Amino acid sequence: MGHYVARRLLQMIPVFIGSTLLVFLMMYALPGDPVRALAGEKAADPTQIAKLKADLGLDQPILVQYWNYLTGLFQGDFGTQIASRRPVADVIAEAWPVTAQLAIFALVFTAVVGIGMGVIAGLKPNSVQDRVLLFITLLLVSIPSFVLGRLTQTFFAFQLGWVEPNVSLEENWHELLMPAAVLAALSLAYVARLTRTSVVENLRSDYIRTAVAKGLPRRRVVGVHLVRNSMIPVVTYLGADLGTLLAGAVVTEGIFNIHGIGLTVFEALQRREGSTVVGIVSLIVMVYLIASLLVDLLYAVLDPRIRYA
Amino acid sequence: MRGAKSAKWLAGAIVVALAATACSSGEKDDKAAAGDSKRYVSINVGEPQKGIIPSDTNESNGSYIVDAVFAGLLTFDDKGGIEYLNAESVTTEDSKLWTVKLKEGWKFHDGTPVTAKSYVDAWNWSAHVDNVQQNSFWFGDIAGYDDVHPAKEGAKAKADTMSGLKVVDDTTFTIELKEAMPFYQYKIGYSTFAPLPEAFFKDPKAFSEKPIGNGPYEFEKWDHNKVIKVKAYGEYKGANKAKNAGVEYKTYETPEAAYQDLMSGNLDIIDQVGPTDLANYESDLGDRAISQSYAAVQTLTPAFYSKSFKDIDVKVLQGLSMAIDRETITKTVLQGTRTPADGFVAPGAQGKQTLDTDVFKFDAAKAKQLIEDGGGVPGNKIFIQYNTDGGHKEWVTAVCNSITKATGVECEGDAKPDFATDLEARDNDQVKSFYRGGWVGDYPLNGNFIKELYHSQAESNNGHFEDKKLDDAMNKADASKTLEEYVAAYQEVEKELVNHMPSIPLWFYEMNGGHGEEVDNVHVDWHGQYKLFDVTVK
Repeated sequence: MGHYVARRLLQMIPVFIGSTLLVFLMMYALPGDPVRALAGEKAADPTQIAKLKADLGLDQPILVQYWNYLTGLFQGDFGTQIASRRPVADVIAEAWPVTAQLAIFALVFTAVVGIGMGVIAGLKPNSVQDRVLLFITLLLVSIPSFVLGRLTQTFFAFQLGWVEPNVSLEENWHELLMPAAVLAALSLAYVARLTRTSVVENLRSDYIRTAVAKGLPRRRVVGVHLVRNSMIPVVTYLGADLGTLLAGAVVTEGIFNIHGIGLTVFEALQRREGSTVVGIVSLIVMVYLIASLLVDLLYAVLDPRIRYA
Repeated sequence: MRGAKSAKWLAGAIVVALAATACSSGEKDDKAAAGDSKRYVSINVGEPQKGIIPSDTNESNGSYIVDAVFAGLLTFDDKGGIEYLNAESVTTEDSKLWTVKLKEGWKFHDGTPVTAKSYVDAWNWSAHVDNVQQNSFWFGDIAGYDDVHPAKEGAKAKADTMSGLKVVDDTTFTIELKEAMPFYQYKIGYSTFAPLPEAFFKDPKAFSEKPIGNGPYEFEKWDHNKVIKVKAYGEYKGANKAKNAGVEYKTYETPEAAYQDLMSGNLDIIDQVGPTDLANYESDLGDRAISQSYAAVQTLTPAFYSKSFKDIDVKVLQGLSMAIDRETITKTVLQGTRTPADGFVAPGAQGKQTLDTDVFKFDAAKAKQLIEDGGGVPGNKIFIQYNTDGGHKEWVTAVCNSITKATGVECEGDAKPDFATDLEARDNDQVKSFYRGGWVGDYPLNGNFIKELYHSQAESNNGHFEDKKLDDAMNKADASKTLEEYVAAYQEVEKELVNHMPSIPLWFYEMNGGHGEEVDNVHVDWHGQYKLFDVTVK
């Protein structure tokens, strides 16, 4: 077990270096010069551009730049933004907490509601409740999140007046519930369907028949034998989804005015703030890696037949 | 089962660790009580691109803060006239040597006095090449600028100060220019020419995070990417003294989100209405809606080095101009956010005139005729270069359709992913035929819309328009004795531009915004910014 985890953690190092290098090279390959763009429509002074680039280390060859970035990273230095000259670490630290909070709320919401709906539908395939679930998930999958976002805003904030339309500057946790639900809607539909399919399949399996035959109470058959074994594909999906929720919240963050990671990386991309983009992407890569390790470990918890040595 | 059990613990530990990082967002401020008469006015102004230093700020978010915290020598009224702030007078006899007298008793927010030295030191520092200030070129007319900021790439400065700036006494200093400029007092109205306190020179970086100025508002706090707060400075002596307790500049990720907050009373003023709300904001807000044109113009600028327009007959350009249905496009595609252009100079600038010409009017038949007379466009196809990150695609498509429909000339948008890439193509002379030009007035004079764009030596003349006679006329206008002569001379130049079409003016910008029920006296100045000092809370 310990060996397995250690091996997985060691494997993260090359993946991490590889992915940062890729993103770094991609940012470098993009056309457009961020230092020149600072001057806007006005003509730029070449002396000043050269000096700014030298100050930021942007005049070095790309691989030297990458090496400097990487060595800085291991000392906790994420680099400096080109326009604002602020440390990238500060920029990320400001945006990170609210996005993480949002993603975790969304994930919990997805897991609880999605699995619940899936089990209810899966236990009685082709019944009314199954059809209703099919309809709801179809609806959620087909409504784009910006439509859903604006709809909930109009309905809950303006018609009913229960909540404020936007997340305030204080970013209180209860203000994040509505955005988290909107963010979770799409994954929720997938999770519900995955659970339903998996439950329907396992209902017909040998060990369920055995459990029922030896007279176990229904609660134990469903709760322990059926649901637990049906969770493997769902957990795989949720693990991958955590990364998507973190990185893919641009639209939702925009609608509810949340100053999070999604919009920070989007803005940085537009301004060609290479070090900011690489910094955030590396962080998201780390989250993906940790989440997938978590998923693999959960397999062993869910299915006793799976062992890691 | 041992393996499974320890996996359970490990998984649990990772979840706890992830959750802990998410929840460590720290303590938050208490929200200011609403309904308080001393409450701050809030507006959606986003995160400035850089720290706040007047000579390094060249975008609108940052200049809102600079204008609040600093007061320069003078500012402009709605008609493009001069209104003194910190200056008692700005005088000259030969338009070359200018004498500035300051009002007495002005103070920076840290209590130190504003003296002639505060200006001279600030300007010298800002102009110096080693300090890499984005607006340093603004000081380029002052004698001795080339010594502190040599034009040649990589050259070192020969002096620390400009010889043209001299402190006479505590409240007087003189500016000697390289050449006579009758309109120089207009240039120093730009916010870059603000004074800086002693504290700045000790640590410019720290200063830029918490600037100390001499303006109507005192800097209070900056919560990055969220809010900037300034509070009214009680001892301020200028004409633009704050009529409210302070201002909160809140960052909104989208104009739509800001609009929602305006509607729900969480925001007082918006300076932009998103495309989704443009159709209904006037009925939503009633007399609280604001739409006002300001001194900015959008053009199609031909690249005179390109295959399409090399040695082109001006009739073709006139024809293309007449093939654009400005009225319909501004009304439909742009939803009334622009007004059709009728000249090269935007409204709000002195010397704006109605030109006696029909080249800005839509006339399909005449457009076709003119293009035929001029020999047509090579390849019968033109491109309009634009950046896709600025909401330009829609009108570029509409303009192209209008041209093709009217004249049969094929037209296609040449999309660049963002502004940086767009600029790169312009700088490297890679524009295929037209590029999207935009110009917001630096100061409200017609010359600013002509000289800076169409003089062959102008730095922003990326289309490389060149005409010896017009160059001479502009140089002569610059050397006029008085401001009236200067404005009149440029009016003549503008009339002549119609016969050369160095660009095709499309429309003038309009500022679309609005304010909430709790505030009043919300006005817009000549270049489309709110006069926030004037806003009162009901």
